[in-house]
Amino acid sequence: MELFVHQVLAGLATGAIYALMALAVVMIYQAIGHLNFAQGEMAMVSTFIAWQVIQWGQPYWVAFTAAIVLSFLGGVAIERVLFRPLHNAPALSSLVAFIALFGILNSLAGFIWDFDIKTFPTPFGSKPLFGESLIGTHQAGMIGVTVAMLALLYLFFRGTRLGLAMRAAAANPESARLVGIRVGWMRALGWGMAAAVGAVAGMLIAPVVFLEPNMMLGVLMYGFAGAVLGGLTSPGGAVLGGFAVGVIENLVGAFIPYVGRELKLTIALLLIVAVLMVRPSGVFGRQIVTRV
Amino acid sequence: MTFPARAVTAVAVVAALPAPLLVSSFVTFQLTLVMVYGLAILGLNLLTGFNGQFSLGHGAFYGLGAYAAAVLIDRWEVPYFCTLPVAGALCFAVGFLFGMPALRLQGIYLALATFALAAAMPQILKFSPLEPLTGGVQGIVIAKPDPPLWLPLDADQWLYYFTLAVLLLMCAGAANLVRSRTGRAIMAIRDDPIAAAAMGINTALYKTLTFGVSALYTGVAGALGAIAVQFVAPDSFTFLLSISLLVGLVIGGVGSIPGSLVGGAFVLFVPNVAEAVSTGLAGAIYGAIMLLVIFVMPTGAAGFARIALARLATARHNRVKS
Repeated sequence: MELFVHQVLAGLATGAIYALMALAVVMIYQAIGHLNFAQGEMAMVSTFIAWQVIQWGQPYWVAFTAAIVLSFLGGVAIERVLFRPLHNAPALSSLVAFIALFGILNSLAGFIWDFDIKTFPTPFGSKPLFGESLIGTHQAGMIGVTVAMLALLYLFFRGTRLGLAMRAAAANPESARLVGIRVGWMRALGWGMAAAVGAVAGMLIAPVVFLEPNMMLGVLMYGFAGAVLGGLTSPGGAVLGGFAVGVIENLVGAFIPYVGRELKLTIALLLIVAVLMVRPSGVFGRQIVTRV
Repeated sequence: MTFPARAVTAVAVVAALPAPLLVSSFVTFQLTLVMVYGLAILGLNLLTGFNGQFSLGHGAFYGLGAYAAAVLIDRWEVPYFCTLPVAGALCFAVGFLFGMPALRLQGIYLALATFALAAAMPQILKFSPLEPLTGGVQGIVIAKPDPPLWLPLDADQWLYYFTLAVLLLMCAGAANLVRSRTGRAIMAIRDDPIAAAAMGINTALYKTLTFGVSALYTGVAGALGAIAVQFVAPDSFTFLLSISLLVGLVIGGVGSIPGSLVGGAFVLFVPNVAEAVSTGLAGAIYGAIMLLVIFVMPTGAAGFARIALARLATARHNRVKS
């Protein structure tokens, strides 16, 4: 029983990261109708930026903030330069652009910071929380930061004019433009925020998976699995889905021999395929109806 | 096939025939690999170019075909030429089954599922309970096939001709498939799935079958690749391989059978150049070229050649008139 509770808590901690990645993916999906296959690599580059700032002797939270701000600007820039011209292009062009971005970021990170595995500091320490408890301080920190971040995003989208404008631009671009919302810039803001959310996810998971150019591939896969499970049309659902796949991953790893340890990515693959077979719109998503 | 296309094909085949007798055995080996990658890209092209479906996971089918050939040769001493049909059939079955859930949905979901497949493939090949079969992380080493005794060829030259024969056979098959009633159905689904369904085409079945055939082509290419390289290991079949095939497809031209071979040459030679500049930079160069192509040359090399030929023909026409 104790093992079970321990695994569920550990699963919630990594699930928090998957939830953030799933949220970032869904934010871009809502804005442009494509899955951002480079989301993980963007988060990886953000984490390397934070690492570099720490190497230059700045305190952790300065690096943390700098990485978030730079990622936001980077995300906006990617949308403006790369994806705005492709807005009406065929789907294959967008897909190729995402894969190109994946290749460029992965390869450049390896070129600048090389492929050696690096440690990334945690501001929370790694002692158990409250003496004999079941969860470490870093894991608690991962959950805490994620929940705070989600609350802030919720307040932003529900409570501010800008958040409302962004939701309107995603829900109905034509009507939003007619009431004077600059839809293109809302889309760019969405990209920037997705990049910032991904940066937080990257910096929180880096102490666990260690920093290297390929570190986010598995995390992104579970993020996708969470997004598909919760529903690509539902940000809240994607977050819950992310937490759920984190718990599933840990339980499978703890209780099924061989499979959990060696086939982590395959579990994500099976989750994705299973959801697509049973309920393609996800648990909380709505069915997309196309008018002919 | 129109007259210039037929003439170009004939010239290409005639030029390919004496090539291994004129160049060194290493260049022969490289040309063999160009054909292998070209065949793999042709498989992806059948899916993406003619049926409008996206796959980010064809590297996984290439790996599956390669492992099928290697395991058959290594464990059961099957002759190498018998492994190709087996690899093809296996990939067809896996592709068909894998495509079934994903293909009923929008293209984006198929891209997602195949992305996951490509990322998971090295882990599946390393999976320790399968190690007696797959050799685990070390992979499998196989011997290069001997040429028939009555031919005055060395092993590399023989493998070149063997690959060329398989390639021509499969290109002819693809060209015939595309021209047939089935091919028109496949392309109708690409152009407008709803209209195609209204015309009575079973879109789900045709999409799944196309995915199976596409996986078959790439799997046969994988088997040929394993025989040519004489070695398979899990880390040869990572996501980067799937990216390479996609790059080759985009460079060569989506929906062009000869373009696939141009793509094959590209993915074989350009990474070597990139690695010469700096190790690990292949991804960045691939990415930059992909962006360049979709912004500047969206129809790929084949489209570029088509436009150039059309311009040339118009110019000649005008000259004759004046």
